[in-house]
Amino acid sequence: MLKLSEELAERIRAHAAQSYPYECCGAMLGTEAAGARLVKELVMLDNQREDSPRNRFLVHPADVLRVERAAQAQGLDLVGWYHSHPDAPPRPSEFDREHAWPWYSYVIVAVEAGVPRRMASWRLLDDRSRFDDEEIGSDLMTVG
Amino acid sequence: MAVKVMIPTPLRPYAGRQASVSVEAQTVGEALDALTGQFADLRRHLYADGGRLRSFVNVYLNQEDVRNLQKDQTPLRDGDTISIVPSIAGGRSC
Ligand SMILES: [Zn+2]
Repeated sequence: MLKLSEELAERIRAHAAQSYPYECCGAMLGTEAAGARLVKELVMLDNQREDSPRNRFLVHPADVLRVERAAQAQGLDLVGWYHSHPDAPPRPSEFDREHAWPWYSYVIVAVEAGVPRRMASWRLLDDRSRFDDEEIGSDLMTVG
Repeated sequence: MAVKVMIPTPLRPYAGRQASVSVEAQTVGEALDALTGQFADLRRHLYADGGRLRSFVNVYLNQEDVRNLQKDQTPLRDGDTISIVPSIAGGRSC
């Protein structure tokens, strides 16, 4: 379960809409306890793929290190990444799978004609064969 | 040489949950071999079929990308730190 507040989800959607027709990407910082992952902070990043930003995104290792240090400074972990799929469903592509790391949560938001639609989160299996759907829990404060 | 290999968060579950692992090696390649010898499950996440490092796996010796040094053959000194650093890539198909 990935706990992502509606406010943070809305920020991901806004980044995706604003980047359309290009792909957006960003980092998710948070905590993990008892199998529940809570996103507390987002870091919006610039897509470094200048050759094909409509269907690819790239985060350089120096930026990954920078984000990791920012997470540590706040007592958080870098728990995953988000990106958008302009005019495509929020399912990982074969290219996503080939380049994925285990453990991270990969949130994908579909954007249709500039309007953000469905959002889903995915985790790569240990054997790298495919992703598993990770449930997104949006409302953290629900009582009962 | 005794060197330290820094393990990125997503790979720690495959490295005994450790943030770093100490190994004995003369070169970067030997250090990675020693690491994956100890933790075989790391191998599929670091290497593509055919044994080359995956394109999104970056290996730094101290602050320098080993692709700019002598890659696998880069010699080590006692106390060096090797870091495995992810790049993140993806995108929709087509
Ligand atoms: Zn994708």
